Amino acid sequence: MLRYLIPLAIFLVLVVFLFIGLGRDPHEVPSPLINKAAPTFRLPQLKEPAKTFSAEDMRGKVWVLNVWASWCVSCRDEHPLLIDYAKWGIVPIYGLNWKDKREDALAWLDELGDPYVLSVSDFDGRIAIDYGVYGAPETYVIDQGGTIRFKQIGAVTPQVWSDKIIPLVQELNRQGASAK
Amino acid sequence: MTRLLFLSLLLLCITPSMIARDAQPNADDPAVEQRLHKLSQELRCLVCQNETLADSRADLAEDLRREIREQIKAGKSDKEIIQFLTARYGQFILYRPQVTPTTYLLWFGPFVLLLGGLFVLFHFIKQRRDSFTEKPLTADEHRRAQELLASLPGKETS
Repeated sequence: MLRYLIPLAIFLVLVVFLFIGLGRDPHEVPSPLINKAAPTFRLPQLKEPAKTFSAEDMRGKVWVLNVWASWCVSCRDEHPLLIDYAKWGIVPIYGLNWKDKREDALAWLDELGDPYVLSVSDFDGRIAIDYGVYGAPETYVIDQGGTIRFKQIGAVTPQVWSDKIIPLVQELNRQGASAK
Repeated sequence: MTRLLFLSLLLLCITPSMIARDAQPNADDPAVEQRLHKLSQELRCLVCQNETLADSRADLAEDLRREIREQIKAGKSDKEIIQFLTARYGQFILYRPQVTPTTYLLWFGPFVLLLGGLFVLFHFIKQRRDSFTEKPLTADEHRRAQELLASLPGKETS
């Protein structure tokens, strides 16, 4: 009896492991930046290049940084969702325009709408490297102290937005309010 | 005529990828390039995950090579550069991840499996050998065997 049960047990264990493996996206590499300080930057704003924006400017606020580019196909899918999320007004969304041409980026915002409080231009992708970006869109939730609390690789689906990001933002805001 | 055809076919084989093969080999400092090449062969391109950073022509790989090149020129050691990259992209960027508690399973798992397999194998062999060992026949069995042999037709027994 045992001689049949043992191979069966091994087989079942293998099936379980393979099944779990199937359900995972190999492109989702866990970010080492979670719960680390968000890399600082000072970059020109997309719409008004004479002005700059820095992660430091957001100290004391919970905010979302979304990495996007006009050449990025998934960003186009994500864009209407971001416009929706921005309307909810729960958390300000800032854009990091990654390795894009300024005119392309501006045309994209004109055509599809602009969910961002503002976007900054990372023309040569240096800041994106600091943020460990390897495939747009990527989205970060950064807390009052400038710590990255969440990272989404790929489009922020409505499910991720309402199940992960909103509860996190609300929790952070609550903590921030009680700390004051 | 055939020669001309052959020649034009040959020319067709020259694709742009053959012409623009390496990603901007920076000729101004071969030593830097050599270190960059060696280092980037140990690193994974995160866009096309089965390619090294040295081989990949993805945009990000180009950016990362530029970053590494600049750091080499700035006098950073290989270790510092790898630290810089893993702080941003995690262990996954390394083809040979460092030995840390999170990668113990990765590094030692195969050996554990090997030991387990050897254990099972030895156990199995031992069990089989035990079942084969010859026990001397008892007097009774010996007599029966003799009888059986004697009863075989056409065979003389001593």
